[in-house]
Order: sequence, then C-alpha cells, then structure tokens
Amino acid sequence: MTATGTPMILMSGVDKHFGELHVLKDVNIEVPKGQVVVVLGPSGSGKSTLCRAINRLEPIDRGTIAIDGEELPAEGKALAALRADVGMVFQSFNLFAHKTIFENVTLAPLKVRRSGKAEAEKKALALLDRVGIANQKDKYPAQLSGGQQQRVAIARALAMDPKVMLFDEPTSALDPEMVNEVLDVMTSLAREGMTMLVVTHEMGFARRAANRVLFMADGEIVEDAAPEAFFSAPSSDRAKDFLGKILTH
Amino acid sequence: MNVLFDNLSLYANGFLGTIELFLVSAIGSLILGVLLAGARVSPVPILRSFGTIYVNTIRNTPLTLVLFFFAFAYPRLEIADISFFWRACIGLILYTAAFVCEVVRSGINTVPVGQAEASRALGFTFGQTMSEVVLPQAIRSVVPPLTNVQIALLKNTTIAAGFSVLEAGGIYANLSERGYNVFVGLLWVALGFLILVLPLTLLQRNLDRRWSTSR
Repeated sequence: MTATGTPMILMSGVDKHFGELHVLKDVNIEVPKGQVVVVLGPSGSGKSTLCRAINRLEPIDRGTIAIDGEELPAEGKALAALRADVGMVFQSFNLFAHKTIFENVTLAPLKVRRSGKAEAEKKALALLDRVGIANQKDKYPAQLSGGQQQRVAIARALAMDPKVMLFDEPTSALDPEMVNEVLDVMTSLAREGMTMLVVTHEMGFARRAANRVLFMADGEIVEDAAPEAFFSAPSSDRAKDFLGKILTH
Repeated sequence: MNVLFDNLSLYANGFLGTIELFLVSAIGSLILGVLLAGARVSPVPILRSFGTIYVNTIRNTPLTLVLFFFAFAYPRLEIADISFFWRACIGLILYTAAFVCEVVRSGINTVPVGQAEASRALGFTFGQTMSEVVLPQAIRSVVPPLTNVQIALLKNTTIAAGFSVLEAGGIYANLSERGYNVFVGLLWVALGFLILVLPLTLLQRNLDRRWSTSR
C-alpha cells in the first residue's frame, strides 16, 4: 500500500512520560487517507495513550503530530477547531448525561459548526437512523444499553463530518452480546472509506476491516503489518506471545 | 409588641436595606464565584493560580476586615466615589464569591472527567465545555451547599451596619437611642431573618426536585 498525498495522521518521534513511566517511546506512524488501522497490544502498552495523543487529549513531551498536514496547535481555539475535524469514540461512551440522545448528536454541530437548526436536526435523524437508534432519540443516555449508547456516540462523532475517526477501545466496556452491533457500524464505516484508527482487542474486526495492524508493547510499535501477515506469521516474539495468549482458548 | 409597632417604619426600612444588600450581593457573588471556579479549573496556569490565591486570601480574611477596608481605607485611595451601600455590596460580593467558587468547584469535580473530554474532542472550547456540558451537570449537586452560602450571606449583611448602611442588623442601635427594650427589639429582628431565609429554603427544595428527576 503506497501513501499518496498528505497523510491523514502523521506522528514523528513522539515521546510521552507519565511520571517515571515511559508510555510512548519514539513513536512514528503515518496513516494515509482512507486507511483503517487497528492498534493491538497488551494492556499498559500505551495504545490508548497513543490514540488520545492524536487529538491532544494527552499532551506529548516530544515529537510532532499532524492531522491532514496541520500540526497540532497548543491548547486554545485553533486546537478546538482541529479537534472538530477528528471524531473520537471512547471506551465509556461519554454521552452528555444531561442531554437527550437527539441533543447529544445536534449539540456540537449547532455550537461548534454553527450549522442551522433544521440542517443539524435532519442530519442527526439520518445518523441515528443509520446506527439504528432513531426511535430512542428522546431518551437520556442512562436509559439506553451500552451498545446503544456507543452507537449514539459514533453518530455524535459523525455529525461533525470528521476527516478521521479515532476509536479508543470502543467495545471493551460492553456486554458480549452488544459488541457486534457496534462493530457492524464500524465495519460499514470502514467500507465507506473513512480513515480510522482503532484501538481494540477485537481480533475479528482487525481481520475483517483493517488494512493494517500496528502491534504495540511497552510504548513501542513492535510490528506494522497487514492483518493476514500479522495473524498468520507475526515476526516478533512479543507478538507471538500476545497472539498465543488470546487465540488459544 | 410595642417595640415592633411603634417602630414599624424603622423595621421596614431596615429589612428593606437587608433585602437590597442581599439581592445585589447574591447575584454578584454567584456570577463572580462561577467565573472564579472556571479560572480554578482552566487550562491556563495563570488563571488557575489567580483563582487559588484569590480564594485562599479572601476566604481566610474576616468579613469585618474586608468591609472595614471598603468603609475606611478605600475612600483614601481616591479612586472613585462610591456610596456606602455599593461599597458594602462590593465587599460582600468579593467575600462571598470565594465560598461560591469552592462550592461550584467541588460540583465540577463530581462531573465525570469523560464528559469534558468528549466535549473537547468534539471541538468545544474551554468556555463552551464549561457552559454547555460541565456546569449544567455540576449545578445539580451544588444547590444545597450553595443555599447555605447564600443564607450565610444574608446574615452577613448585618455586618454592613458597622458602617452605617441601614439594614436590619442596625435596628437595635436606633432602638436603644430611642429608649426601647433592645432585647425584645432584637427578637423581632431574629424573627425577621427567619422569615427571609424561608424563601431560600423553599427555592432550594424546588430546584432540588426539578433537577434530580432529569437524570
């Protein structure tokens, strides 16, 4: 796969510490437009931090991160504007608890994009319909199941017409029977050509939807390969060890 | 009874003064307190230190000293000529805002951090994150302690009597000049304050009920 034009995500020489802990060690990643990248790795390997660093929810100590050729600015209006173009889905959904499902999806388009009310509402309905929650639009987040909340969270992010979507363990907090409804939405998004970076433990999703797998351990990118190559013939011992642990039961 | 009825206009004017002082200071302290709380949790280090220094200085200063400053020291600075009433308001606002700030900040801390993260990730600025997402959720948990702060403010207005703003706490001085039984007169003042606090308590109950159901 050859990258053409400006990469959507470009991280170079990124270092990050949490106190004594070196969570990201000289990380270099280039994600071309339209690519779906799955980040795998044992817990504590820094993959969530990597994901959160991309829209600066975690500031980094060294290195540069650029989205669509634009380097992340310091905290302020410019950063907010850049984040508006980067959709993010969290492990714990983080829907606004005091707003209805419908308001959750329309709030940012109205306040950040300043789009018209009719336009924002029409779009929100279409997105909620797409993720299969349109009939629940007047409920509050706490009244929905985890899988439903996560689908709303995806719709909320999509309402901003993001250039790229980041998923930080989107199915890790879900009951097993709800995982697939969320993965289905993500898979269809991937098929439509959305640029995605997905931190997950869902190997099936990685095989099915990813163009590329990054394997992280101890803050480093250990492997960078196509899914088939990674799963059938991992080159590093750590990846072999990791796959051995999760695939043999 | 005579003490009350003979001096009805004194009582009326006194309590009117109290209500005016309270309303102005309550609104002022709520606005300033919320702004200070915003400063204390803001991403800008200078604002954070300003908020912390403000709260720790003002909260540890006796209100009497704050009001003394505005009564006696402020006029010597010859900045702008402000009436006693407004100087009392400023003193009460500056003092009470420090307490409002801490109550609101504790409320902000009850809102899960993911709410603010989701909001930032969507492109909201710090101010929008506060006003659209965090404060509306924080306010629910701070109604009871905020009512306490405002009741304390209502009673603190009596200290303004110290520099001749006519309010309820100053009634006794006038009564003793006129030769009435000050003790009985003070009982009526106390009753008046009880009556003034009641609407605040009712308001708290009302807001508690309205906001607790919507989650």
